[in-house]
Amino acid sequence: MDVHEYQAKELLAQFGVPVPKGAVAFSPDQAVYAATELGGWNWAVKAQIHAGARGKAGGIKLCKTYHDVREAASDLLGKRLVTIQTGPEGKPVQRVYIEVAEPFERELYLGYVLDRKAERIRVIASKRGGMEIEEVARTEPEAILQVLVEPAVGLQAFQARQLAFQLGLNIKQVQRAVTTIMNAYRAFRDCDATMLEINPLVVTKDDRVLALDAKMSFDDNALFRRHNVANMHDPSQQDPREAQAAEHNLNYIGLDGEIGCIVNGAGLAMATMDMIKHAGGSPANFLDVGGGASPERIATALKLVLSDPKVQAVLVNIFAGINRCDWVAKGVVQACQTVDVKVPLVVRLAGTNVEEGRKILAESGLKLITAETLAEAADKAVAAFKQMQEPARASA
Amino acid sequence: MSILIDETTPIIVQGMTGDKGSFHTKEMVEYGSNVVGGVTPGKGGSKHQGLPVFNTVKDAVEATGATTSITFVAPAFCADAIMEAADAGIRLICSITDGIPAQDMMRVKRYMRRYPKDRRPVMVGPNCAGIISPEKSMLGIMPGHIYLKGKVGVISRSGTLGYEAASQMKALGIGITTSVGIGGDPINGSSFLDHLQLFEDDPETEAVLIIGEIGGPQEAEASAWIKEHMKKPVVGFVAGLTAPKGRRMGHAGAIISAAGDSAAEKAEIMKSCGLTVAPNPSEFGSTVASVLSGKAEARAHI
Repeated sequence: MDVHEYQAKELLAQFGVPVPKGAVAFSPDQAVYAATELGGWNWAVKAQIHAGARGKAGGIKLCKTYHDVREAASDLLGKRLVTIQTGPEGKPVQRVYIEVAEPFERELYLGYVLDRKAERIRVIASKRGGMEIEEVARTEPEAILQVLVEPAVGLQAFQARQLAFQLGLNIKQVQRAVTTIMNAYRAFRDCDATMLEINPLVVTKDDRVLALDAKMSFDDNALFRRHNVANMHDPSQQDPREAQAAEHNLNYIGLDGEIGCIVNGAGLAMATMDMIKHAGGSPANFLDVGGGASPERIATALKLVLSDPKVQAVLVNIFAGINRCDWVAKGVVQACQTVDVKVPLVVRLAGTNVEEGRKILAESGLKLITAETLAEAADKAVAAFKQMQEPARASA
Repeated sequence: MSILIDETTPIIVQGMTGDKGSFHTKEMVEYGSNVVGGVTPGKGGSKHQGLPVFNTVKDAVEATGATTSITFVAPAFCADAIMEAADAGIRLICSITDGIPAQDMMRVKRYMRRYPKDRRPVMVGPNCAGIISPEKSMLGIMPGHIYLKGKVGVISRSGTLGYEAASQMKALGIGITTSVGIGGDPINGSSFLDHLQLFEDDPETEAVLIIGEIGGPQEAEASAWIKEHMKKPVVGFVAGLTAPKGRRMGHAGAIISAAGDSAAEKAEIMKSCGLTVAPNPSEFGSTVASVLSGKAEARAHI
C-alpha cells in the first residue's frame, strides 16, 4: 500500500525524523489558512498523489504571497496530474500539502528497502540527492552507499555513522544525520514498510538535517497490525475497478485489453493472460479469486469484470485444488442469472470435482463456451472476441 | 526415489483443528500420507479425526517422532509456528499460509540461521501448495489425483500453475518423482536452488521442470547454478509476460521492480544457461516430453 507524502512525513515525524512544518489542505481556502498558520514568507504547495516526479510535472509550486498560495492550490486541486510515473491518465489531485520552504545547502538521498535477495533491510544513501536513485546507480554507481541491517539486532549506530561520514558531513551534521537515519529505520521497521525514500534529505545552513520529500510503501500483509497505516489508504489514487475489487477482497489489476479473466491462483492468472496474448488477444485484467472461492465470490468477480466497458469476452479458468469445480460452476450459473451477460463467456474447469462442475454448466441451459485445456480456452476466448468485433467492423 | 517426503515420513499438522487444517488433514490421510498428529495450543490431549492433538510441537515430536510439519496457521501467528517447529527439531516445515508479513519471514530466516547448515530445517513456502511425491505422500493442498508417479522433478512458485503442469504431463503419460511448491512470497523458506541439488542427486529423477514468475532473483540464481552443476536436463518457464511493471500480480512476490525481474528477461537468462524454455504455459507437457526423449542429445550438446 502507498501513502501520500504528507502522511509519510507525519509517520516519520512521530519517530523523530525532522521534517519542515506543513499542513494538508483540501481547498484553496484551507491552503491559504494553512499558510497563515504556518507563518513565514515562502511556501511550497505540493500536489498529493501516489507517484513521484511531481516537480517536473508542475505539481510543486513555490509561493511568496497568500495570493500565490491560493492560485497554486486552485490550479492543482481537482486536476489530474500526469508525471512520468503516473502513466498517461495521471492521478487525481484531491489534496495539497502546504509546507514552509526552507533554504538548504546540500541535497542528499536516504532510502530503505526490503531486499529480497539478502532477506534483510538495506539502507541506501547518496550525496546525489534530488535525482532519481536509479539514474545515479546507472551513471555514477560509486556514489551509492549502502549497509545491510542484521535482523537479529537491527540497524546499529555505527552503520549510520559510517554512512553519515561517507556523505561528507561535518561532525555536528553527522550527529543529526545519525539520529535521522536511526529514527527513519525505526519508522520503517515498526510500520512494516517495504520502501522508504527520503529524497532529498537536505542539510540547512545552520547544520540541521530535514526530510524535504518522503515516499513510503507498506506491506499489505502486515496492515492487520498497523491500523494507523491502514487508515491512510486513499482509494481515489487507485483504478476505480481495483478499488471496487479491494472491497470484495479480490485481487484485481486493470489492464488495457478486451478479454476479461477470472482465474484462481496468481501464477495461473498470469499464465492465462500470457496465453491470451499468445492466442492473439489482449487481457483486460488480472484477477485471482483465490483458494476457497464460493459461488458468491465467483459471481462477484464476474460482475466486476463485466463492469469494465472494454471487456468483449470473458475467460473463466479454474484449476481447483482447495476450490471445487462444482462450486465454481454454481457461481458462474448464479452470476449469469443475476447479471445480463452480453459478451461470450468461455469456461475452463479442471481439478477437483471437474465432472460435476462440467455437468452443472451443461445442464444450466446457458450459452457458455466450454474448454478442457488452457490452450483451447485461450483460443476460444480470442475467437469469440474476434467474432464480436465482426459486426462492428461490418457496420463501420 | 522421491525427494523430501515419502510414505514413511511422519507428519504433524500445525493448526489441525481449524477448518482448513481439518479438511486438508483428511485429504492428506486419504492420499496415504503418514500423518501422526496435530498441534493446537489449548487442545492438547484430545483427539481430532482419530489423531492425537498436542499443545506444543515439542510435545508432538516427543510423542510421535514426527520429522515433518505442515502449517495451517493464521498469518499473524504463522512465523511463531514455524520457529516453534524448528525449535522442536522438525526437519521439514511446509507452510501453506498466505499473508505472512515480509518482516516476519525475515526474522524466521534469521532464526533458521542459528542452526549449522547440516542441522538446519528445510522450509518450503509460505504461500505455497506444498509438496507431493505421487503415490507416496502428500504434504499440501493439491488435488492428488492429477499427479502421476514418474521420473520428472517439478519446482514451482505458483500452486495452480504447478497443477496445470502436472495435468498436462499426466495427459501425456509423464509422471513426477516429487513436486515442490516454493510459494509466491517475496521471502521464501527455500528457493529453486535449494531443491535442484536434491533432484540432481535423486537417481529416479531424469529431468526437472522449474516454473517461475515475475519478480525477484530466484530464477536467475537457479539458472546460473544449473549451468554450473546440473547434468540432468531442466525445462523452465516464467509466468507474467503480459504483467505491467510495478504492479503486484496477486502474489506478494510477483512484482517487476528491478532489472531482470520481468518474464522475458528471466526466460532469456534461462535459455543462456542451457535450460529448455517452454514457449507458453500450455506446452509444459510437450516440452518436458521432447526433453525426455532427446535427453542424451541435449546432454551431448552441453
